[in-house]
This record gives sequence, structure tokens and C-alpha cells, in this order.
Amino acid sequence: MTSHSLGMLMAAHAAVAEFLAGLPLPLRPELTLDEWLAGLGEEELAELGLDGEQLADHVARLMGRKKSVASAPRNLVLRGGHDRHGQPEVAELVLRPGQTTCIVGPTGSGKSRLLADIECLAQGDTPTGRVVLVDGAPPSPQARFAPECKLVAQLSQNMNFVVDLPVAEFVAMHAQVRGVTEVEAVTARVIACANDLTGEKFAPDTALTQLSGGQTRALMIADVALLSESPVVLIDEIENAGVDRSRALGLLVAGDKIVLVATHDPLLALRGDRRVVLRGGGIAEILETSAAERRALQRLERVDAGLMELRDRLRHGGRIEEDLPSWS
Amino acid sequence: MAPPRLVTVAGPPSVGKTSVISRALAVLRDDGVAAGVVKFDSLSTADQDLYARAGLPSRVGLSGGLCPDHFFVTNIEACLAWGERRGLDLLVSESAGLCNRCSPHLDGVLAVCVVDVLAGIRTPAKIGPMLRLADLVVVTKGDIVSQAEREVFAFNLRLANPRAATVFCNGITGQGAMEVAWHLARAPQVETLDGRRLRFAMPSAVCPYCVGETAIGDVHHRGNVKRMRFDDLP
Repeated sequence: MTSHSLGMLMAAHAAVAEFLAGLPLPLRPELTLDEWLAGLGEEELAELGLDGEQLADHVARLMGRKKSVASAPRNLVLRGGHDRHGQPEVAELVLRPGQTTCIVGPTGSGKSRLLADIECLAQGDTPTGRVVLVDGAPPSPQARFAPECKLVAQLSQNMNFVVDLPVAEFVAMHAQVRGVTEVEAVTARVIACANDLTGEKFAPDTALTQLSGGQTRALMIADVALLSESPVVLIDEIENAGVDRSRALGLLVAGDKIVLVATHDPLLALRGDRRVVLRGGGIAEILETSAAERRALQRLERVDAGLMELRDRLRHGGRIEEDLPSWS
Repeated sequence: MAPPRLVTVAGPPSVGKTSVISRALAVLRDDGVAAGVVKFDSLSTADQDLYARAGLPSRVGLSGGLCPDHFFVTNIEACLAWGERRGLDLLVSESAGLCNRCSPHLDGVLAVCVVDVLAGIRTPAKIGPMLRLADLVVVTKGDIVSQAEREVFAFNLRLANPRAATVFCNGITGQGAMEVAWHLARAPQVETLDGRRLRFAMPSAVCPYCVGETAIGDVHHRGNVKRMRFDDLP
């Protein structure tokens, strides 16, 4: 490390380049790190909040850092605990990449707790006593409590973009952080996918904070599907009228994610592979989606498409005066 | 009687330090850990009530006109002694990092920095030793921003501090508190702080204004003076 110039270090290690370029100090790419540090005044270092030794250690750690890739598990197994009354719940739930599991139950039935148990990879140490196994084994404390990157991405109705940047610029930033090589192409793909999910298209130079609720949700889903580092996606209530929900789910599943959705929307719930029914804080039942339900889903999708068309007509100033089809 | 484990928690104002600490210590209390808190603030704080409500013994130190971190470093030994008298297993010192430049972290003492993801994805680069030299970074308010912003923020944190573990914790729901508690329970025990060192020097701000000067003008500028440079001037 000492024999290479700063310029060479920066060319070889993107994280080092990003870190050094962000420092409020003049860079001298032709010098080695030690030479550069030796030439810095005490005052300059003080401004940095690091002394010379700490800075050298910092750079060494950035160089040694492995690219953060959450190794995608082949399955997650949730072993049941107990409900609020101490009654044991349904024994086992197996989650695999490319599968969608929906979670249903009235308010207060424990949907969020179930998502939280999966998120923290519970080991019998949460109020429900559930245990989550990754590839058949309990995760190491390190993997659980000090992970380099999270196994689980979350998406909920409360989430918003708060960063004040144009869409394309921010998506490109996320792509860079993820170590994507073709940043521009991937950025364009994420935006195209998001636009595919929403009725009203947005341009790459639209500010993130100006996006409508539906556009925001669509972009979050496309980004999670195509760019998120986490192999598991938890979605809490994604019932926004501005998003094509079945396509959204398709996009996530195609990305080989393990998808869990808390929802009471029949279009989403019947599209899942199974439904976990919660009652009194515990899993009461696991229903595989039946063939009859898949047929019902097809009809529901036609109803939904009809409603979409009407919504679109209203948006463009049209009237709804014809005899409507009997969708039921 | 074993000496208490000691943790310094610092972070910008209003990021949710008190909530994170209360949540994590509640988890530890269920495991039988006797924990207490010392809160350092500058002018006023109602946090003692919050901690009392959470059933946690606490003490408050108000620095008034002093820099809170200078105040901290001159009082932390007495606080540790208080914790020992109370028979605590774990003492958390909480202080607001008012200027992004100060840092109460000590060698051999678990150092935690709390930041909030709402502050902006570039914030990690703007915080000094309080973040750069921490052992654990706790990120709050992650439940209201996008997954993408959380991931970019976490990446920028790793750039600013490649040593620390990063934990997302929701101070309202307590999600992530178990992860924070796991780290706190592993803090080193501290018998005495006498002779230990700060991880980084305090800001060198010795000037007439530090001691009450209020007048503006060149003649009043003495001591540690640093002038901005304007490149349109020779």
C-alpha cells in the first residue's frame, strides 16, 4: 500500500477514491499515502476529525473491504412460536426465492410482528418465540447483529423519498453504491420498469420529491427489484391505486426475491403462492392458493382492468355514461 | 462487585438518541441487566422524565455556557462512580454532538454514534470524529425513507467509518433495539477512567468569544483566529 501512489490507489479502489475525494484537503495523486500524510499540517488533519494514523487505517480498511453482497439464501424457515395467549401456532413456514407469501389478518392480529420477526431473524428471543433458520441453520450472531448488509429490504406505505435529487441521478447513485458496472443502462431500466407500473409516467429529470404517491411507490418497487442488495423483500400494505400491483409483484418475483406481502387486496393476495392467516398474534393457518382461486383471480383482474380504464378516462376529462359490463 | 460496562452515545440533536437508548436498555432489562443513563445536555432537558418513565435510573448534567463535550470530559469519572455506587451493570452516557466536530468517545470504551437518515444521504461525510471513530453506528428514522436511500446512506456510513457496525433502529416501534442491545451488552467493563484518553482532541476554540466577548470587529479577534479565504481577492 505504501509503495503505490494515491492516484493508483484511487483507480484501483472506488471506495478509497470516493472517500479521499470527499475530504476537504488538496489531493496529491502523485504522492504515496505516507508522503501525502507527512505533508499535511496538524490543523488540516484536525479539520478532518482523524489523525494521520487513523486516516491510514481508514484507507487500509476501505481497501480491504469486500464488495457487499448478501449471499442469497436458498430458503428461510420460520418455526412457529406461540400467539398472545401462549397457544402454539402452525409449525413451519418455508420461504423460497421467487415465491410470494401473503400475510392476512385484521388490525392487531400480528402482521407487523411477523414481518419484524423475519427482519430480525428471530431466535426465540422475540415476544412470539419464533425461530428463523437461514438455509436450515440459525444465523451467526455476527450475521444477525453486525451484518455487512441486510438480508431483508422493507417497503411500506409510510416511506417516501426525501433526498432532493432528480430521479436518474439518485438511481445512478444507488447503482454505483451497489457496484453495478453499466450504471447508465441499469438506471434507464429501473426508470422504464417504474414507468411500466404506474399510470402517469415521469421523466428521468423529475425531482424525486415531486413524484406522486403512485410514482413513488412504483419507483421504490422497481429499485428494490433491480438494485436492492437484499434477497428478501417485506412489503407492508402496498394498496395504492396508482400502481399496477400484479405487475409489481411479477417484477419482484422475477428478480428471484423471497417476497412477503401484508395485504388484504384480493388481486395481490390471490397472486401469491400462499397466504398466512394471523389471529390473536399467532399464525392460525397457511392456505395454498387453490386452482379455483386462480380462476377467480383472472376475473378479478378483468374487473381491475375495467376500473383502471375508467380511472384513466376520468383523468383525461372523459365521461362514464355507457352501460357498464356486469363484471361479477 | 464488578465495575459497570460503559458506553458513550453521541449524535446530532433530535436524531432519537434517548429513544434508541431506552429501547435497547429495556431489552437488556428483560435479560436482568441493571442499566442507567447519564444525560449531558447544554441548556435544558426533559429526558430524565423519559428515562424515569422507562424505569431507568438517570442523572442529568447541564453544561450551560460551556461546550457540552468539555463539560462531559470533566464529569464522566464522577458519573462512572455514581453508576458503581448504584450497582449498575451498564452505564450509558448520552450527549448531543452540537457541532458535528466534537466527540466524547474514549479509548477502551464502547463508542456509539446515532445518526438519522432524514438528515440527508451525504451527512455521513459531514460528521467528524463522533462518527468516524465510533464502534457502532445506529441509524434512526429509516422507516420513513426508501430502501434505496437506506442503502446509499449505509454505504456512505461505511465510507466515513469502515470500522463500525451499522444497525438500523426504529425508536418508535423498537425494531432494531435488540441488535443495539446485543452490542451494548458487549461493551468493556471500566474500572477507572483515570489516565485514559479521548479518541480525538476536542475542538481548539480558545478565543475571547469563548469567555464571553460579544463585540464584533478586528480588534476583538485574539487567540485562535482562522480566516476564510475568498478566491476573488488577492
